[in-house]
Amino acid sequence: MSKTFRSLALALVAGGALALSGAATQAKVEGDTITLGSAISFTGKYSTNGVHAQKGYDIAIERINEMGGVKVNGASYKLAVQYYDDESTPARGAQLAERLINQDGIKFLLGPYSSGLTKAIAPVTEKYKIPMVEAEGASRSLFTQGYRYLFAVLSTSEQYLASSIDLAAEIAKKAGKDPSEVRIAMAFENDPFSLDVRQGVVDDANRYGMQIVVDDKLPRDLSDMSATLTKVKALKPDLLVVSGHSKGAATAARQLAELKIDTPMVAMTHCESAAIISKFGRSTEGILCPTQWAETLSYEDGYFGSAADFDAAFKARYPEYEETGVPYQAAQAAAAVLVWKEAFENAQSFDTDALRDALAATDMTTFYGGIKFSEAGNNVAKPMVLRQVQDGELNVVAPSKWASHPVNHPRPVE
Amino acid sequence: MLANLELLFQAPILNVQLLLDGLLIGAVFALSAYGLALVWGVMNVKNLAQGDLVIMGGYIAYSLSRVGVHPIIGLPIAFVAMFIFGWIIYRVIIARVVYKDLFTSLLATFGLSLLLQQVLNLIYGPDVRTADSGFAIRNVFGGFVTVADIKLVSFGLAGVLAIGVVVFMKKSRMGQAIRATAQDPRAARVLGIDTERVYAFTYALNAAICGAAGVLISMMWVIQPFYGIGHSIRSFVIVTAAGLGNLPAVIISGLGLGVLEQFAAFTLGAELQVFTVVSALLVVLIWRQIQHARQRQVVK
Repeated sequence: MSKTFRSLALALVAGGALALSGAATQAKVEGDTITLGSAISFTGKYSTNGVHAQKGYDIAIERINEMGGVKVNGASYKLAVQYYDDESTPARGAQLAERLINQDGIKFLLGPYSSGLTKAIAPVTEKYKIPMVEAEGASRSLFTQGYRYLFAVLSTSEQYLASSIDLAAEIAKKAGKDPSEVRIAMAFENDPFSLDVRQGVVDDANRYGMQIVVDDKLPRDLSDMSATLTKVKALKPDLLVVSGHSKGAATAARQLAELKIDTPMVAMTHCESAAIISKFGRSTEGILCPTQWAETLSYEDGYFGSAADFDAAFKARYPEYEETGVPYQAAQAAAAVLVWKEAFENAQSFDTDALRDALAATDMTTFYGGIKFSEAGNNVAKPMVLRQVQDGELNVVAPSKWASHPVNHPRPVE
Repeated sequence: MLANLELLFQAPILNVQLLLDGLLIGAVFALSAYGLALVWGVMNVKNLAQGDLVIMGGYIAYSLSRVGVHPIIGLPIAFVAMFIFGWIIYRVIIARVVYKDLFTSLLATFGLSLLLQQVLNLIYGPDVRTADSGFAIRNVFGGFVTVADIKLVSFGLAGVLAIGVVVFMKKSRMGQAIRATAQDPRAARVLGIDTERVYAFTYALNAAICGAAGVLISMMWVIQPFYGIGHSIRSFVIVTAAGLGNLPAVIISGLGLGVLEQFAAFTLGAELQVFTVVSALLVVLIWRQIQHARQRQVVK
């Protein structure tokens, strides 16, 4: 028994070593292939979204390669990615970034999933002056560290629910009230991402002089927020905002119905990943959900066409998304690859500093939205949009420039 | 915090809502705590995987609901499935540590807890899941208080299950054997009771009770592979407060903990809901220490 176990273990170790030596021979640019690197979560708590992001990277790479690849100095290069599984742990992510750079010789990185992992990897890429285009780390604390080699295509977290405050102000004005009369209840998880989202809401609420009547922090292992909602029920605010990843969205959606909360306006993050509409049905009508991207938006580019074209192409490539819809995590990952492609062509070089400058000068339109980086590296050309659950569908209702449907106010409560 | 307290005085009806929510969920806490008391009392194993067994039951209900089986029908299925699972776990792991010292059994069940979490994560992924009963939600007191029917149903089911277990322990041959073994395993063996079988049965029964509690949790709250720890802690708090083998005390502590959590979350903020549970454990332990010290003085 123990002998077979030992030989099995030996075989595993030997196999692992072989796989390692195989990976180590890959370099940044070999023959006609440019290899990008990414440590991303295939296992652990971020694995669902990690896999969405990987598929986004892959579909963009396939599309670019089909279209003739990347043209640098008259030669055509194909793109490829070296992936490692960071197991959703920051320490492992940082280790793997070192390994990609030092052992595998990779000079061009794509980001991991989540702000936490990006925070762990950014100091490594900064140390080696390796540019990284990331698509899944939205925490604004990533962009206050003075990183020069970090570029993010997505909107930062404090913008997530801020648009719901603008919308509440707009609605108040329409009803002939002053926005400062709006009363807000907030429930945010006590983690870096959700607290960023909260800060954005607080800043905007203060700008309008709105009153915050409930300000509860939710625990990490949240499975019950009925006490908070009981408070909301008693205080009757005009707007309830909730953010606590998919557990927060699922718990809030279930208990909003259970306690028959009749707040006229409810906004929460992670509606899609918690699948609140399919889980909780009619009771989710009228809930507002921010999103980085929606397939109904009228953005376009020369690679995928419109946002709707990307949606169709993604579903054709990965039919398992036919029912669930294409997550924005996949769309923004694909956009990050497009940014790399244009940077290579604009720099006409594989020198990391020339590439950094080309990335910093990016100003392009993609199916995912405009991409233009601030000094800090975050994308300032794309707004967050707000969707509302209307007849079981998510329709864009704000900002008004991109709205496909008018907002239903107050939300229907059975 | 003061503003929240004031709110409770201004609108006393809120107390009713919190009390109801607390009592109804507390019944489910009491269920898994009773399972722990059983294993602890009979085998002296402190089962750190208690909460993970609860979560496993929840996932059974979730899986069944995916193929169209109503979670309430899923409850007896989960009960039986978890009984078998508990029996296997006893034979493979617990049987090897039951006669060892405290730390060995703590480590073994802690390892089991980690293993279960990771296996559930591999199978179901890290997203939260729910099983939906589809039951109505009731308005009482003119809509100021709402009660989900599923909470009433699960309160009733928890009660039925508790009574069932009590009757079983009192009347059945196996129940008597379990109680005999708990009192004195050596004497029980001498009198021809197969204690090994009694232990296996006890652990399996605990797993089954946890599984049933998990089914109820999945319909009221949300489940996630790593949420077991919260339920483990609750079970430990309740058992420590109530003592072993005292079912009425377990039920009262369970209900009390449920209510305490709701009021703490309301006045101190949801963030401190679990903190309150842990603080309660601390308070209970200190109180027990004082009690013991007093008793020792009496003996002197």
